[in-house]
Amino acid sequence: MSGPSPAPRADQSAGERVDLLAALKEAALAGAVAFGLFALLIGIRTEQGPSGALVIATRFGTLAGFVGAAFVGRFILAVTRHRLAIRASLFAPPAVKRAAAALSPYLALILLIIALIVPVLFYRNRYVLDLAILIVTYIMLGFGLNIVVGLAGLLDLGYVAFYAVGAYSYALIAQDFGLSFWVCLPLAGIFAAFAGLLLGFPVLRLRGDYLAIVTLGFGEIIRLVLLNWQNLTGGPNGISGIPRPSFFGLPFNAGANGFAATFGLRYSPTHRIVFLYYLILALALLTNWVTLRLRRLPIGRAWEALREDEIACRALGINTTSTKLTAFAMGAMFGGFAGAFFATRQGFISPESFTFSESALVLAIVVLGGMGSQLGVALAATVMLGGFELFREFDQYRMLVFGAAMVAIVIYRPRGLVATRTPSVSMRERKPIPADVVRDARTESPA
Amino acid sequence: MRFGGLVAVSDLSFDAGERAITALIGPNGAGKTTLFNCITGFYKPTVGRLLLTHADGNTFLLERLPEFRIAKDARVARTFQNVRLFAGMTLLENLIVAQHNTLMAASGFTVLGLFGSLSYARTEASAIDKARYWLDRVGLIDRADEAAGALPYGAQRRLELARAMCTDPVLLCLDEPAAGLNNRESAELNGFLRALRDEHGISILLIEHDMGVVMEISDRIVVLDYGTKIADGTPAEVRNDPSVIAAYLGVGDEEALTPRAERM
Repeated sequence: MSGPSPAPRADQSAGERVDLLAALKEAALAGAVAFGLFALLIGIRTEQGPSGALVIATRFGTLAGFVGAAFVGRFILAVTRHRLAIRASLFAPPAVKRAAAALSPYLALILLIIALIVPVLFYRNRYVLDLAILIVTYIMLGFGLNIVVGLAGLLDLGYVAFYAVGAYSYALIAQDFGLSFWVCLPLAGIFAAFAGLLLGFPVLRLRGDYLAIVTLGFGEIIRLVLLNWQNLTGGPNGISGIPRPSFFGLPFNAGANGFAATFGLRYSPTHRIVFLYYLILALALLTNWVTLRLRRLPIGRAWEALREDEIACRALGINTTSTKLTAFAMGAMFGGFAGAFFATRQGFISPESFTFSESALVLAIVVLGGMGSQLGVALAATVMLGGFELFREFDQYRMLVFGAAMVAIVIYRPRGLVATRTPSVSMRERKPIPADVVRDARTESPA
Repeated sequence: MRFGGLVAVSDLSFDAGERAITALIGPNGAGKTTLFNCITGFYKPTVGRLLLTHADGNTFLLERLPEFRIAKDARVARTFQNVRLFAGMTLLENLIVAQHNTLMAASGFTVLGLFGSLSYARTEASAIDKARYWLDRVGLIDRADEAAGALPYGAQRRLELARAMCTDPVLLCLDEPAAGLNNRESAELNGFLRALRDEHGISILLIEHDMGVVMEISDRIVVLDYGTKIADGTPAEVRNDPSVIAAYLGVGDEEALTPRAERM
């Protein structure tokens, strides 16, 4: 792309002159669309008149500004479009690209080291620690959902349901039976896995959009049950006073048998935060390890084969029912672990925390990361949640900036940040497979 | 086999011999693929019975088994009319997935495999050896680590055949294996199918429109038309059967089965 020879450039400038009319047409069309969109939104506004009644005020100047901006912007884009490809190399000069290529094999290791030393670097910065915990929680959720969506290709829009089941299981068991975190954690995972099976059975025959709709409904059902089953879940009031985690029996308090006193440290509330950080990091790494191992076992390969072609799987003697159910159960179990962690960190949970937007966020992380890529999920969670915080000062424009960033990614990296699939086994060398031949959860299986 | 008011295959009975190549031919819409889907369990026949006897005397009633058991226990493998590969997986992975049930048992249904059991590693190594053997047989060994979706069409067909063989079938059902192949490729296919029968003792049932392939390699030919059997015999018998000629070339109302048809 870089360094075009003089000859094609001359051709391009000749083409440019001819295309001017087409560019004008295109810009006029964009202007018309902008007018249609903004005429009522921007052009007319209701205001309180002097008598207190609503009056219609017009803002034709602003409207003209919007339409003009659309027209001019589209015109410039249309005229300079053929040069954009060349200009794209300006954003990433060859030197940067070379450096990135050299570093990319070690990227996972570098990220891991950074993740390990975050509490050391930011020990005094509570805000960063809390953000880091949040990011790693979403990385863990992303890993869990990645099993269902990325590997098995089952589009799940109700993943938050398992997060909720895990959180409520932990909260209720810890409160009512007084069991410790380490006993409740696997129980929460098991309950969530059961919820996964419960969802799995009715949707065995569904794929793609239809599956997405049913799972979306399932997520809402769980939330509504939590909201209305007052006796058990406390309804909208949620559950408060959930036991805090202890360091293998040593509570994080200022008492004589607390964590700080036992190790001869000065008591600090940060101890607990750091412990929570390492706890969720360990859980996320466990999820990652299990997923990477499963990918190389028959079950993981069967999941991927299921994503690629379900009918061929059945013709090869793979029990697709149990394969799908294990995918749902596995994904749900890790969601349940994350939920249990969430409950113990917050100390308070309510149905408010488990809305559809959580599912959407986790799914966005998986899709943005590149379906099936563990590294991609970790990067995407960091970029998305980090980005949320970074743009905090933009205040009301935060979502706008965020939306624009998402659009840019969809255009330039439609298959996610890590757009290759690594084979699970190889004869000579493991060559990454470009994403365009790999099927994903959004594509229907061939009929 | 009935779909609503349409009877796709009816009153059909034939035997596919052990270690023999049986071809199933007939005009478009005669019910060949429907029959295949019944045999491999993708459809459940409304009436009738499909019996498979292994060399060791075990018998399976295919119409009662779910499709994955037909492949797993009754050991019937199939290929598809429009190739169905795992496009995003490598050739090797495609053949390893075909050995799912063996590997699954060896991995202790994932539990042992998760902790890296030695016996699983051994089984996986032998699965790779088997995949290597079949890739070599179909001439794709050099591309083992490439994505299956990146292969040209003829190679995809060969890979699908190799994948079916990796399931250790007793009966191999091929739906138009020569479709889209050039002359050289279909000649290679003929040799390969004969080798499967003679060296590996596989029984083959194939649907094919390419009469060159059918007449050359079949031990027996069954002809279907409108869902019923109209002829059944050796290639030479079927070639001269007037009702087959009528089904393929059509006959006028008056001149059905006239000597003119027989002369052909």
